[in-house]
Amino acid sequence: MVDNFLDNSLKSETIQPKVEVKNFNFYYGDFHAIKNINFIIPQQKVTALIGPSGCGKTTLLRCFNRLHDLYPNNRYDGEIRIDSLNILSPQVDPIEVRMRVSMVFQKPNPFPKSIYENVVYGLRVRGEKNRNILDEKVEKALQDAALWDEVKDRLHKSAYDLSGGQQQRLCIARALVTEPEVILLDEPTSALDPIATNSIEELISQLQKKVTMIIVTHSMQQAARISDYIAFMYLGEMIEFGETKTIFSNPSEQKTQDYISGRIG
Amino acid sequence: MSQENLVTEISKRKLIDRCFAIVSLLIIFVAIFILLALTLQILIEGLPRLTPQFFISFPSRKAEQAGILSAWVGTSLVMLVTAAAAIPIGVASGIYLEEYARQNWLSAIIEINVTNLAGVPSIIYGLLALGLFVYQFQLGQSVLTAGLTLALLILPVVIVTTREAIRAIPISLREASFAVGASKWQTIWDHILPYSFGSILTGIIIGLARAIGQTAPLITIGALTFIAFLPESPLNSSFPYLPLQITFPFFNFQQFFAWLNAPFTVLPIQMFTWVSRPEQAFKANAAAAGTVLLAMTLGVNGIAIYLRYRLRQGIKW
Repeated sequence: MVDNFLDNSLKSETIQPKVEVKNFNFYYGDFHAIKNINFIIPQQKVTALIGPSGCGKTTLLRCFNRLHDLYPNNRYDGEIRIDSLNILSPQVDPIEVRMRVSMVFQKPNPFPKSIYENVVYGLRVRGEKNRNILDEKVEKALQDAALWDEVKDRLHKSAYDLSGGQQQRLCIARALVTEPEVILLDEPTSALDPIATNSIEELISQLQKKVTMIIVTHSMQQAARISDYIAFMYLGEMIEFGETKTIFSNPSEQKTQDYISGRIG
Repeated sequence: MSQENLVTEISKRKLIDRCFAIVSLLIIFVAIFILLALTLQILIEGLPRLTPQFFISFPSRKAEQAGILSAWVGTSLVMLVTAAAAIPIGVASGIYLEEYARQNWLSAIIEINVTNLAGVPSIIYGLLALGLFVYQFQLGQSVLTAGLTLALLILPVVIVTTREAIRAIPISLREASFAVGASKWQTIWDHILPYSFGSILTGIIIGLARAIGQTAPLITIGALTFIAFLPESPLNSSFPYLPLQITFPFFNFQQFFAWLNAPFTVLPIQMFTWVSRPEQAFKANAAAAGTVLLAMTLGVNGIAIYLRYRLRQGIKW
C-alpha cells in the first residue's frame, strides 16, 4: 500500500520528501491509537491530515514534535525521519526536535505577556540576547504572519487585547520566528470566524514557499483550498495519501470516497 | 398534571427555596455576630492602652508601665525566619511534586502525608522541634528554633497552595512553551512560576497568618514569658551601619546573625501571660496586645488580597 501511495503522488511531479513516516505506531498506554502508518510529507508543500473525529490525526500531528513525551505512558514505535534523522530515536532529545518543528494549536494560546514577548520567546529560549537581532526577527516574523501593521504601535501591550484571529496570527508569528523547517497546524481556524479563517488560510498559502506545513483540519473545503497533499485517516489507520486534486476527483479507496462525499464522518 | 396542580407544586418548591435562604442567612448572622462581639470586646478593652509608649516598653510588673516591645520584635523576627525557611522549601517542594515527580506509589504517599500534615495539631510540631532543633541540633531556645518550628507548621499549606496554583495554569500554555523548544525548567521559570505567583503568594501569606498566632509549639520549645531586652542588632549604630571588619571575610557574620540565637517571646505568649495575671489592669494590656495581633494578621491578609488582585491583573485565560 505504501508503494501505492508514492506511485499515486509521483504521477505528476517528483516530490522532495521532507518527513518520512515508516511503519509508525503510537500507543496511549494500552490503547493503540495509530496503526502502522507509512507516508511522506513533501518539502515546502501543505499536507493536510483529514478524517473523522477520533481517527488519530491530531495524535499523529503531535508525534512530529514529540509533544506526547510530556505525558507518561505514551509510546512510539517505528520511524519518523526528518531529513533522514529519525526523531524517535532515543538519542534524539525532544527539545531538539521542537527546535526544528514548531506548532500552532487549535485554540489561540498566546502567553499572558506582551505581543513582543510572545514572539520573541522562541529566540530567548535559544539564548539569543542581542537586542537588534531580536527586534529584527520579531518584526520579520510578525510581517510574515501578516500582523505587523496591526500591532507595530502596541508591541508592548498585552497579547490578550488582540482579537481571536489576531491572536492566532500571533501564535503563527511565534512559530515562525525561529525559522523552523516544519510547522504543524492543529485545526488552526476551528475557533475563528470566517473572516479570520480566510486570513489564516491566505497566510498558509503564502508561507508554503518557505516552510513545510502539516495541517490537521476538520473541513474538507479547507483541505481542498489550501493543501497540496492529503492524507486520509480512519480509526488510526492511513487509508489514502495523495495529491489533493487526485483525492478529491479520483480517490482509489472506497472509504475516502465515502468520507469526502459526506457518507462517513 | 393539571395547570392548578402544577402551580401549587411550584410554589411549594419555591417556599422550600426561600426557607433555606432565610435559615442560611440567620446562621451567617450568628457566626458574624459572635466574631464581631469578640473583636469589639477586645477593642473596647484594649484601645485605651494602645499608646506609643505601649509599643516601646518592655513588660513590667506594673501593668501601666508594661509594653509589648520584646513581643512584637520577637514576633517579627520569628516570622522573618519562618518565611525565609518555609517559602523556598515549600515552593520548591510544590514544584517538584507537581512538575517532576513521577506518578507512583511513593508520590501518592507523599501527597497523602503532606495533606494530612496540614491538620496535625501544632503542639506536635512543638514536640518535634524540641527533640530535633533544641536537643539534637543544639539550636537553643532561640528565634531560629522558633522560626524553623513555625516553618514546619506552615510548610504543608505552602506546598498544597503552590501545587494548586501550578495546576490551575491551562495545559495549552505549557504546551505552547514546550512547542517552541523550551526545556522544562525554562517553562517553569518563564511561565509556570510567573503566572501562578499571585496564588502562591496568597498561600504563603495565609500560612504566615496562621503561624503568627501560634502559642503552643513555641511554649513547648521554651519561649520565654518575660523578657526585658532585645536581640543584639545586626547593624552598627553609626555609618556604615553594616558590621564590616578589617580581617577576612571583612563582614562580621557572627554579629549580623546574632539575633537568630537570642531568646525571645511573641505576642500571643505575652497575651497569655497577662491574661493569667490576677490584676484587672493586665487584662487591659492583654486586650491591647490582642488588638495589635489582630491588626498584624489583618494587615498580612490584606497584603495577600491586594497582591493577588495586582498580580492577577493582566493574567487571565
